[in-house]
Amino acid sequence: MSRTTLDAWVGVFVTMGVVALVFLALKVGNLGGSTLSNPYKLTAEFDNVGTLKVRGAVKSSGVVVGRVSDIEFDPKTYMARVTLSIDGRYKFPKDTFAKILTSGLLGEQYIGLSPGGDEQMLASGDTIARTQSAVVIEELISQFMFNKASEGAKP
Amino acid sequence: MPLADLFPAIGRRVNNGIWRLGYAARFFLTMLGRSGIAFSRFSLTVKEIYFTGVLSLIVIVVSGLFVGMVLALQGYNTLQRYGSSEALGVLVALSLVRELGPVVSGLLFASRAGSAVTAEIGLMKATEQLSAMEMMAVNPIARVVAPRFWGGVIAMPLLAALFSATGILGGYLIGVVLIGVDEGAFWSQMQSMVDFREDIVNGVIKSLVFGALVSLIAVFEGYDAVPTAEGVSNATTRTVVTSSLVILFADFILTALMFRGS
Repeated sequence: MSRTTLDAWVGVFVTMGVVALVFLALKVGNLGGSTLSNPYKLTAEFDNVGTLKVRGAVKSSGVVVGRVSDIEFDPKTYMARVTLSIDGRYKFPKDTFAKILTSGLLGEQYIGLSPGGDEQMLASGDTIARTQSAVVIEELISQFMFNKASEGAKP
Repeated sequence: MPLADLFPAIGRRVNNGIWRLGYAARFFLTMLGRSGIAFSRFSLTVKEIYFTGVLSLIVIVVSGLFVGMVLALQGYNTLQRYGSSEALGVLVALSLVRELGPVVSGLLFASRAGSAVTAEIGLMKATEQLSAMEMMAVNPIARVVAPRFWGGVIAMPLLAALFSATGILGGYLIGVVLIGVDEGAFWSQMQSMVDFREDIVNGVIKSLVFGALVSLIAVFEGYDAVPTAEGVSNATTRTVVTSSLVILFADFILTALMFRGS
């Protein structure tokens, strides 16, 4: 086989391979479109983060506005400190409420932001004061059982 | 066999195995040291990429398509029982990108390209072409072995990426076009669950490692073959068997290192 046809075939092969990689990265993976534009950091402290994971979504009104960038345990307050990267286009009031919610019945957990009515906006590095922890199903069940038990003890 | 002969037999096998492993390692280092020609005369490597990569395209693309289609069919049957058939895209993409893409294309690559490389080098040795090269002061490791090794290393990740991509298209064909899973959910769930660094880059690393292992085994078995017709055929068989086992073993190790805990 002549040199030029060989080069042409290898060129076609390598191009196809690179196109497949780009397809995997952009169409299958999350490299395209989901990057945040000049994000800023907020922190929030929760009693219990449940199964929230780093890179989990931060949503407001169901729209993804940021990502969880770090989760760590604070040894002073004994709470979980979650660092959020929020898209620079979105500003939230000082009294925003951060809740850990679950998508669907068994889906993954994400942080929901409910904006308050404050005039002042949260700036980079601020802490969200009002938080609600993840719902732990065992605690729900035990509360329910205790209520039932105390109801039964009354009469 | 009497018991007295058993232990020497076991010992000989173990010693031979270790000796061959050490020989292969020294062969690998020598080849790395002599690899300059594979890049300075890149047309040699391009020729090998043609033989190992381009000629494996058909088998890779077709089997990728069918693996993806079967995954979608079987996955749909199980997922719709739990009312989450929209997760079909995630299932197909993750299993292809993380495991099936690198492993199955590695196995195909070993039997399609690795065996051919072994047979070619083995025959060169049997017909004393390698000795002839040495007579002409051409180092056969640099001229024959190194380009074949690097050609395989370059071709394998591209083949694995093509396998995964066509597999996902096959899954799309069955899942969305034929069965009727919602197209938007299929792609968007896939994009939100498949991570570029965690899943795709790790898959590419896997396929690179498999490419290097298969190519090394193929060139080593060929170079080490007993220079007779029977020896070459034995070496070819050993290439396919050893590289398949090594791929599966290395895949377990890499998976344990890459995906633990997450």
